[in-house]
Amino acid sequence: MNRRVGPLATRPSAAPDLDVDALLADRGTRIVVCCGAGGVGKTTTAAAIALRAAEQGRRVVVLTIDPARRLAQSMGIEALDNTPRPVPGVAGSGSLDAMMLDMKRTFDEVVESQASPEKAQQILSNPFYVALSSSFAGTQEYMAMEKLGQLQRDTDESGRWDLIVVDTPPSRSALDFLDAPERLSSFLDGRFIRILLAPAKGPARLMTAGLGVITNTLTKIIGAQVLRDMQTFVSAFDTLFGGFRQRAQQTFELLQADGTAFLVIAAPEPDALREAAYFVERLTEEDMPLAGLVVNRASLAPDGIPSVEQCLAAVERLEAARSEDDDASGLTAGLLRLLAERGQVVRREERLRGRFAAAHPEVATAVVPALATDVHDLDGLRRVGGLLAGRAGD
Amino acid sequence: MSDWEGVELHVVTGKGGTGKSTVAASLALALASQGRQVLLCEVEGRQGIARMFDVPPLPYEERPLASGHGSGGDPGGEVFALAIEPEAALLEYLAMYYRLGRAGKALDRFGVIDFATTLAPGVRDVLLTGKVYEAVNRNHRSKGARHYDAVVLDAPPTGRITRFLNVNEELAGLAKAGPIKGQADNVMRLLRSDRTRVHLVTVLEEMPVQETADGIAELRGADLPVGGVIVNLTRPQVLDAAARSAALDGTLDTERLAADLGRAGLEPAPDLVGALTAEARDHAERRALEEAQRVLVADLGVPTYELPRLADGVDLGGLYELAARLREEGMA
Repeated sequence: MNRRVGPLATRPSAAPDLDVDALLADRGTRIVVCCGAGGVGKTTTAAAIALRAAEQGRRVVVLTIDPARRLAQSMGIEALDNTPRPVPGVAGSGSLDAMMLDMKRTFDEVVESQASPEKAQQILSNPFYVALSSSFAGTQEYMAMEKLGQLQRDTDESGRWDLIVVDTPPSRSALDFLDAPERLSSFLDGRFIRILLAPAKGPARLMTAGLGVITNTLTKIIGAQVLRDMQTFVSAFDTLFGGFRQRAQQTFELLQADGTAFLVIAAPEPDALREAAYFVERLTEEDMPLAGLVVNRASLAPDGIPSVEQCLAAVERLEAARSEDDDASGLTAGLLRLLAERGQVVRREERLRGRFAAAHPEVATAVVPALATDVHDLDGLRRVGGLLAGRAGD
Repeated sequence: MSDWEGVELHVVTGKGGTGKSTVAASLALALASQGRQVLLCEVEGRQGIARMFDVPPLPYEERPLASGHGSGGDPGGEVFALAIEPEAALLEYLAMYYRLGRAGKALDRFGVIDFATTLAPGVRDVLLTGKVYEAVNRNHRSKGARHYDAVVLDAPPTGRITRFLNVNEELAGLAKAGPIKGQADNVMRLLRSDRTRVHLVTVLEEMPVQETADGIAELRGADLPVGGVIVNLTRPQVLDAAARSAALDGTLDTERLAADLGRAGLEPAPDLVGALTAEARDHAERRALEEAQRVLVADLGVPTYELPRLADGVDLGGLYELAARLREEGMA
């Protein structure tokens, strides 16, 4: 179980406002990472922030993970792929390139760049590599980190961009993104890997009795062929391990650097906010720079309207007085009911946000109202960007 | 009479944020409310069941979760819960099929269990589906162990569901022969049979509906049996078509509105009338978008069910309410 991190004793207070424009205007901001649980609008937020930064003069590349087709189209790109491509229609002197992570392609490229052509071929055609690179649950997180590292190196060398905006994979948990490199490292250092490598490397006397049990058991369970495939894979991969681990470590350090800003994305629902809280606490523990919390899909109520109870009481009075053929007052009652329900939802969401703010009073927050439609075009993304920055009219 | 009579394994999937866990729990309750013994499984290590039912975190063990009063001579049904953990499932699996004894412990000590469940391709999913298979199949064979009339699986989201359910097909390909292949074939046989249905949860928005359509096509492409679509979080339907179109055109009778407010004891201030007409327009816009998506959902050609958005959020009482609705609509 994760330990909780917070002020321990605090009075409820409103969260400070997140100033997205100041964050983007600060040339020291080099990387913005959008993270959070699945289904909270992470990818849309990342794209909207990237566009807003570009239109304020930054040269931006946005790395999206599995965007909806509509969102890719909204950036004028029919099929995003593993190469950054310019987004047409960006206003002003900045620029925006967009790409979509291709997990397998990225993994293949790493192997190709690290191993001799012959060895690379051997790895790429091994059935275990094929399965690992296309379906292992942590590979996407790891490759997103890898790609971020590559983009950062590109940026340093070519100066093509001055801001990288990263979306993170739709993991079960937002923490998976941070844990992937560590998991890979511990896998590489694992005893089992050493065992698989032992027969290929060491003298026969290393085959202790314990090892014999393992090998025999594995052969019995998975068959000799599978075990041989696995050994071939691990020994071919062994030379690459060092490089992988080193780069994972570098990327992790990059995330801790001053130029990085994490935005935690959530929706005003208990599960999404709980996930966001874990993430905020983890970032604090890891010394990673947290810029703030974005609460998407919020319900808002206009000022100066009656309370939920007043609305419902009015509905009761209207219905009591209503005659059979009176449609119009039915309409008024219906609208009051809607207003009451909106009030109820707003109240619940405010309570949830309030609890979050009490536990994490230092986290600057932007609240983005729910949009009636999905984003279809750059204008839609601009609108989201404006709402994020607290300027609906922009 | 349920639309899914004879189905023993209900797999519930959905895009993130559509409420698939809520629907899975409600479906389990709805099935149990008719005197059945039901097992509700989760596989993503989130302890979502414990949170929804407000009980302590679940261990890797079948635990009683909710039981009915029974009425009119009907016995009360029961829901059991199981949070499946891959590590524990692997050790259990090895013990069951290989009678490993000491060797099983050695595998654990040498990090094989850890390796297999965290990194080896697809092993996690094999174990999770394998455990579900075991729970469903108990209905037919085993003595002593608890026997369920139905198993409800709170499964991975739509984007991953086909790969998750199909993992045994891949495994059968990798293993080619031996006991693993035999087991993988058995699991696939169950998942593709009339005893299994995969239900998809969506909300009436473009992206989730599109993903549902894609998910159905993928499931069918893999010969996995598609069940129903549950449209979750629907809006209340308080305005008729005429009122909605007036709201959109800006031709609502505001004088009448103000008069009604006065009769209802509210101050008919322009602010309030304005807020109500804005609410009407917003509602009409969203309803129009929902209707467009509802047509697309109807075109999917599978039975559909609707669950309303509960303004106060979902708690235990909310789950019971949703379960009752699923029963009324014939889902259980």
